[in-house]
Amino acid sequence: MAAVTPSRQIGRSIPRLEARGKVTGRTEYVHHLRLPGMLHGKIFRSTIPHGRIKRIDVSAARALEGVHSVVTIEDIRTVIPHPYYGPAFHDQPILADGKVRFAGEPVAVVLAADRRVAEEAVGLITAEYEELPAVHDEVEAATSPVVVHDELKPAATFPDLQHLKGRRGTNVALDYQLLRGDPDAAFASAAHVFEHTFRTQQVMHTPLEPFVAVADVDGGRLTLHTASQNPSFVRIEISRLLGWPENRVRVKVPFLGGGFGGKLYIKLEALVTALSLLARRPVKISLTMDEQFFMVTRHPCTFRIKSAVSAEGRITARECEIWWNGGAYADIGPRVTQKAGFTAAGPYDIENVSIRSYAVYTNRPPAGALRGFGAPQTAWAYECHTDMIAAALGIDQVEFRRRNLLHNGRPQASGTVLRDAALGLVLDHLAARMNWSRPLDRGSGRIRRGRGLAIGFKGITAPTTSVAVVNLYADGSCALYVGTVDMGQGSDTVMAQIAGEVLNIDAEAIRVIHSDTDVTPYDMGTLGSRSTFHMGTAVRLAAEDAKRKIAELARELGLPPGTNVPLDELFRRKYGMQAGNIIGTGSFIPAYEKPDPATGQSANVTPFWGVAGTGAEVEVDTETGEFKVTRLVNVADVGTALNPKLVQAQLSGGAIMQFGFTTSENMTFRDGQLTTNSLADYKIPTLLDIPRDFINEIVESRQESGPFGGKGAGESTTIALSPAVGNAVADAVGVRLTDLPVDAEAVFRALTAAGIAQAQS
Amino acid sequence: MSTARTIRFTLNGSPVSADVMPHETLVDVLQQRFDLRGARESCGQGLCGCCTVIVDSQAVSGCLYLAWFLDGRTVATIESLETAKGLDPVQEAFIEAGAFQCGFCTSGFILMVKQLLDAIPDPSDEDIRHYLAGNLCRCSAYPEILDAVRIAAKRRADAVHS
Repeated sequence: MAAVTPSRQIGRSIPRLEARGKVTGRTEYVHHLRLPGMLHGKIFRSTIPHGRIKRIDVSAARALEGVHSVVTIEDIRTVIPHPYYGPAFHDQPILADGKVRFAGEPVAVVLAADRRVAEEAVGLITAEYEELPAVHDEVEAATSPVVVHDELKPAATFPDLQHLKGRRGTNVALDYQLLRGDPDAAFASAAHVFEHTFRTQQVMHTPLEPFVAVADVDGGRLTLHTASQNPSFVRIEISRLLGWPENRVRVKVPFLGGGFGGKLYIKLEALVTALSLLARRPVKISLTMDEQFFMVTRHPCTFRIKSAVSAEGRITARECEIWWNGGAYADIGPRVTQKAGFTAAGPYDIENVSIRSYAVYTNRPPAGALRGFGAPQTAWAYECHTDMIAAALGIDQVEFRRRNLLHNGRPQASGTVLRDAALGLVLDHLAARMNWSRPLDRGSGRIRRGRGLAIGFKGITAPTTSVAVVNLYADGSCALYVGTVDMGQGSDTVMAQIAGEVLNIDAEAIRVIHSDTDVTPYDMGTLGSRSTFHMGTAVRLAAEDAKRKIAELARELGLPPGTNVPLDELFRRKYGMQAGNIIGTGSFIPAYEKPDPATGQSANVTPFWGVAGTGAEVEVDTETGEFKVTRLVNVADVGTALNPKLVQAQLSGGAIMQFGFTTSENMTFRDGQLTTNSLADYKIPTLLDIPRDFINEIVESRQESGPFGGKGAGESTTIALSPAVGNAVADAVGVRLTDLPVDAEAVFRALTAAGIAQAQS
Repeated sequence: MSTARTIRFTLNGSPVSADVMPHETLVDVLQQRFDLRGARESCGQGLCGCCTVIVDSQAVSGCLYLAWFLDGRTVATIESLETAKGLDPVQEAFIEAGAFQCGFCTSGFILMVKQLLDAIPDPSDEDIRHYLAGNLCRCSAYPEILDAVRIAAKRRADAVHS
């Protein structure tokens, strides 16, 4: 414990603490959980995108041998009288309530001890609907007479949504606005004005452990075992639904088989809770891969961006209008709309900015948070737009960015002054790694080469709280109680390193206790790159508190300050035997100033900035539109890398995921029906898709307010990747794609439209 | 429903039997009868590799392989790799390279890497990419998986030569 030489934990690339369990197949996931007497629930889903339920016939399903029961919203109401949930709006019924709002929405559930029996019984359920006109496009929905929800029902926890309460006849669930300077005047006097519209497609997290939750109600207490990134929120929301105090609801989360923002807030938990209350037995629902597409997705969006540029190539004004397709239920969409809204003008120093950002309901599967919280969608627009302006003005793309880049000490569009955001370093490092000053071999004949880059940033959800507990046992060993969920990012390891750094203990020797709301203290959630900064700080504070208490104990025992008597010996002297604990606690909420609702201005809108840039080199076949990204470079500012190897894994993992969202993944719909809900049709990257030359690096940086200089890393490389690829394709063949994904078909169509490729009839 | 049938097979070196229904898969049987969790159903279509199991020296998708067909066969799962002597060199290489994040796909990858190295002891990067193209890792630990295969190949070669 009281090692003579300090044990430096920060900056060590130690393997994940749980590595052995993961390579031997023994790691615990909710996926595997079976409880005695447990029933399996299988979901009957809506086959139409919008309609009133006329009749649900469950008689044949109920009659099937082995079926325990079939449940609809009428049954749910007997145990949860107001069965509507959600983090921002209480808009989502536990099962469809009189109406269905997207094809794939849960309508009824069959319970059976054998999940195959439940599955068979689902096939015996029939439903009749009165079909209603549906709206699928976000821009159309913003003004459509087709209304998805009769009335808006914001949750009380979001003060900035309260003005929407009771609003009727609209699909707009949040109308965020920001105004800085005088954009109208700047546009009127501009040397150049550019305006473009960009679109992104609907994509899905695709964690390989599909959504799963188990509820076990016993004697007025509920235990939820759930693959959730948000145990504290689950407890709060379930307590609200049941009208129970928080201490009757226990939420336990082991490891997650991937999350990426999907397993946030509340998903299957309300449903399994209601089912367990009804059946008075443990109930498990495990979604199949195809069902995951109906749970939560990433917002498609339409982004109209307009810039005023001076004769010297300085951006003097920017106007952004963004419509976020939130699908049938708001989930956390209003927060995405706002958080991605305030950075939508990009990482540039622009005096006059106007941003309007709308969360819009449609008859599609719901959208929520996905690794970047909207930042990747906005960067697709502003960084393609940046290149288009540079090209039109004949200015080199890097030079144009340098001329306009936002630097530390200057106010961002929200008025918050940029701090510890290494935008300039990232751009310079990226340009160097891309050999930007050297000409590129552009190819000849049908194969043409090009390169592109992009840079972006994001704000962090604020204000949010993390609480941590350090427990020192009588033998001097240490356990750490944190609600941060390790879903693969390596948070257990990094939190142990932070505690170990303070307490001079090797991280490998620290036991990290996983989320169990009966034991682990509050954490707002494992989301939005916040854990290293927020929970990391809480852990540092908890460890420092424990350290102070060790010193107090030594003083109490009459030992001189700085004594090297080991902790186990201190305990023995105090209690006369191996006994007792020292409990250190830490609670952290960063400073924050609520933005002005009319102008979005705030002196402190985010605790830190996520910053990254991406460069891509591509080879395009001008006859077929097929292309290869031959080189992919990602550069990020993550502050101090607390565990460089884990940082590297986050950078490359985020980049590859976004590479899928850029080049192959696309949820496509026909008449409101999803046609790609299987891995056969929805292609996530494989080893064959990874660019052969793939570089991920960080710049020298430090987040002064972060634990040991650290900040979040997990989302950074998702931000600027798509526009880098789009810009590279445009550079190679001279056609500009404004819609994601950039795939061979889209490139071919654009080449054909430009008269470069010949369409074969 | 049809009736169960008794199958007998060798599981990780030991003779076993189980009464299984015609619709039950290899993964069902491993998880529910033998509490072996390493092979996991994810996509349910044989496209992701999370459920990879070795049957008579062939890698199969455990989510599609009907348990009845196991009768008389020899099955090896990820759980067979750790012995009293410790981890398999491929498992050690995965830890050393950091070749996983959430770990859900890892069992399948490790078993496929063993198959790969049995077939091609000194694989090129393209060999590795093609051989492992049927295993998906959504956390995208792919660069580290490539490293792990190189490390494991070298370890196995060193072990043969020493």
